Amino acid sequence: MTLTFEDFPQGPFGSFGPRHVSRDEIIAFASEFDPQPMHLDEQAALQSMLKGLSGSGWHLCSLMMRMMFDGFIGRTASLGSPGVNEVRWLSPLRPGDELMLDVEILEARVSRSRPSTGIVTFKCSVRNQAGGRLCEMVSPIIVARRRAGR
Amino acid sequence: MRFFEDLQVGQRRELGSYTFTAEEIIRFAQQFDPQRFHLDEEEGRNSLFGGLAASGWHVGSVCMKLIVADNQRLAELARSRGETIPVGGPSPGFRELRWLEPVLAGDTISFCSEIDSLRTSASRPHWGILQARNTGTNQRGDLVFSVLASAFVPTRNNG
Repeated sequence: MTLTFEDFPQGPFGSFGPRHVSRDEIIAFASEFDPQPMHLDEQAALQSMLKGLSGSGWHLCSLMMRMMFDGFIGRTASLGSPGVNEVRWLSPLRPGDELMLDVEILEARVSRSRPSTGIVTFKCSVRNQAGGRLCEMVSPIIVARRRAGR
Repeated sequence: MRFFEDLQVGQRRELGSYTFTAEEIIRFAQQFDPQRFHLDEEEGRNSLFGGLAASGWHVGSVCMKLIVADNQRLAELARSRGETIPVGGPSPGFRELRWLEPVLAGDTISFCSEIDSLRTSASRPHWGILQARNTGTNQRGDLVFSVLASAFVPTRNNG
């Protein structure tokens, strides 16, 4: 069954994963979108502030999007998102990480300009297998409201 | 990339432009954001986007790609003048990301970066933190993407 606005009340929503991240994936993404030495080359990465090969923050965000899709967006009447309030990259994504996504709903309100939809503000947090937090994001998503007979 | 001492609030750099093809939009979406309006032309037309639309994360990632390319061009210039080449640090994050208009298949987006604020790092003495407003504008002149992004920038006495 498709999830609609009514299925996203304020409060904890769920945890999703794990998602394994390989060294090859990290390098492939960085080669295309963020070819800085700290994301491509172990030796150069050791000299960097992150002290070892790390995934691009945009890769981590894209993986977070995929985990949201696999977790619930894929079966939600989502109409897209107007943006992201904040992303904080807290610790580096490393090759071999097993990511878990924790999702909380900060706010859910009916759209004033499009009353057939609601705006659900999610707080998403990604942690690794050691429990270290890698990334936090707050972002609204537009979700259709349930119609009579659906 | 430049050293922290060479940066000033208000400095603006044109980062170049990028054309989003249907093939690339679909390839990125299949991997990271397989919502129907990012995968299929017909579904895109029937959505709020009005056409096959790039994932917002694809747009942000392309902006990053052009920032890195611009930094590489600056590094090349510094190298040709025999100067020390700064190596940029990671980013602590971003705020106020806006996907203002859809980026549709065939759109060409020109990206630009303007320095919004500069401060020295309290915890890391050889680094400064820059905050830049990075924007993307389509071929019709519509602002489609905007983000206030932070990054660590080395000072001249770094390392």
